[in-house]
Amino acid sequence: MKNPKETIMRLLFLLTACVSIIAVILICLFLFAGGLPALGKIGVINFLTGLQWRPGNDVYGILPMIVGSLYVTAGALVVGVPIGIFTAVFMARFCPKWLYRLLRPAVNLMAGVPSVVFGFFGLVVLVPLIRNSFGGRGMSVLAASILLGLMILPTIISVSETSLRAVPESYYEGALALGATHERSVFRVILPAAKRGVFSGVVLGVGRAVGETMAVMMIAGNQPVIPGSLLDGVRTLTTNIVLEMGYAEGLHRQALIATAVVLFVFVLIINLSFSLLKRRGQ
Amino acid sequence: MYNPSHHLKQQNYISGLLRMLVWVAAGLTLSALALLVGYILFKGIPHLTPGLFARKYTTENVSLLPALVNTVYMIALSLLFAVPVGVGAAIYLTEYARRGNKLTAVVGITAETLSGIPSIVYGLFGSIFFVKFLHLGLSLISGALTLSIMILPVIMRTTQEALSSVPDSYREGSFGLGAGKLRTVFRVVLPSAVPGILAGVILSIGRVVGESAALIFTAGTVPEIATGLSDSARTLSVHMYNISSNGLYLDQTYATAVVLLLVVIVVSGLSELVAKKLTR
Repeated sequence: MKNPKETIMRLLFLLTACVSIIAVILICLFLFAGGLPALGKIGVINFLTGLQWRPGNDVYGILPMIVGSLYVTAGALVVGVPIGIFTAVFMARFCPKWLYRLLRPAVNLMAGVPSVVFGFFGLVVLVPLIRNSFGGRGMSVLAASILLGLMILPTIISVSETSLRAVPESYYEGALALGATHERSVFRVILPAAKRGVFSGVVLGVGRAVGETMAVMMIAGNQPVIPGSLLDGVRTLTTNIVLEMGYAEGLHRQALIATAVVLFVFVLIINLSFSLLKRRGQ
Repeated sequence: MYNPSHHLKQQNYISGLLRMLVWVAAGLTLSALALLVGYILFKGIPHLTPGLFARKYTTENVSLLPALVNTVYMIALSLLFAVPVGVGAAIYLTEYARRGNKLTAVVGITAETLSGIPSIVYGLFGSIFFVKFLHLGLSLISGALTLSIMILPVIMRTTQEALSSVPDSYREGSFGLGAGKLRTVFRVVLPSAVPGILAGVILSIGRVVGESAALIFTAGTVPEIATGLSDSARTLSVHMYNISSNGLYLDQTYATAVVLLLVVIVVSGLSELVAKKLTR
């Protein structure tokens, strides 16, 4: 005979376990319901490949924003991946203990710095620096790339460091025994062995860069045009939503929700490749 | 002809270069953070005037106190929703569900999906669902509900890790003494998992403090202390964004950034502390 209290609590726990499923369903449902009418009216092809974004004339094309998101994400990777991986290698294999006690909390703190603070820092330091040394307005692909590169550093470092530390010590010892230097052992044996973990850190970083909103908005200039150079302003999918959502009505509002749908699909693809990487790693 | 000494020299050269590169990379990471924190403290601390901590916000004093209080409300409320659900879900998944259960896999995938969704998408969903569809309006409660979905996967994951690291002998001992499942969970398993759960809670506090994109269209930007759940209220991050985009309050923005950074540093320090307790 079962105690009724046990059964009730069991059901309650089951219910809480289902909350995340319900949340994902609700998010999909309401985003798609809000955005799909706009895709119907504008046309999927027109929406995705249109070069003009002029809400005043009911012209909605988000290709500039898709390209913008790709540009700043690629830029962030160029900045963040080498520094991130080398820092992770440093922390796992080169770092003296006293420095590690400083570096580990520093990386954790960096992960917690709010995006508005990053954005403001970019606005008052990075943007003037770029304006004075390269010309232009400073608010640019370059500024966004550098700042996003810094913002994804903690993600890449933490995930990479964990996977570097998970490589069995015998690999390293084996390489040393074969006469390799410390550096050669680390870079030719340990790093390749941790390849998958490092890569999934990069994928997580991509997700963060694609999704970042406020910091990018503060320093990217936000012109809805495909940038012609690193010094041109850029608008991403995320900033497109946050810039205009406050006052958008009717089709304009729906088009912004549809922008979020596109972003959501992007992120789902990134997530999927991340979990595939993880599954195969196991 | 193969010359071993030449080869060795080249090896040494490459090794030296790599060693230099890792030091440079770590130096860059550290100095980027030092520059950010140092610059903001340097520029902001001189502008920490008493007016910034006035009880009422006016366009003259640009007080951040109401936003700070609202941030505390927002943290408390979103934890109130997310912690019971997250911990309950983790209990179900680790203590009740059978190994290889379909539901466990689906919950795992959805939690992963939730943790990857950008905050602006949460904000948009919150404004469609909580604000408009459920008629909760731009309010503390809409913002907190939105954020609680956002932090749910963090709490679920850390609790799950903590629960599964509790040795099975604890459970067996408890069953052996005649305790039921529920009693075992609440009296034996959960107490030993508290530090792990706490780590998740602190991580979540950090996310709530730093969040802005998800709150602008759900909790709104009213710069006053909320007196009820249905009041619109801006948190400190949203406040900082608002005054920085205004352009008139550069000094106050620096000062607000200092306060925000201090909050983040405290939260991060707490999380270090808990992590240390955990590894011991």
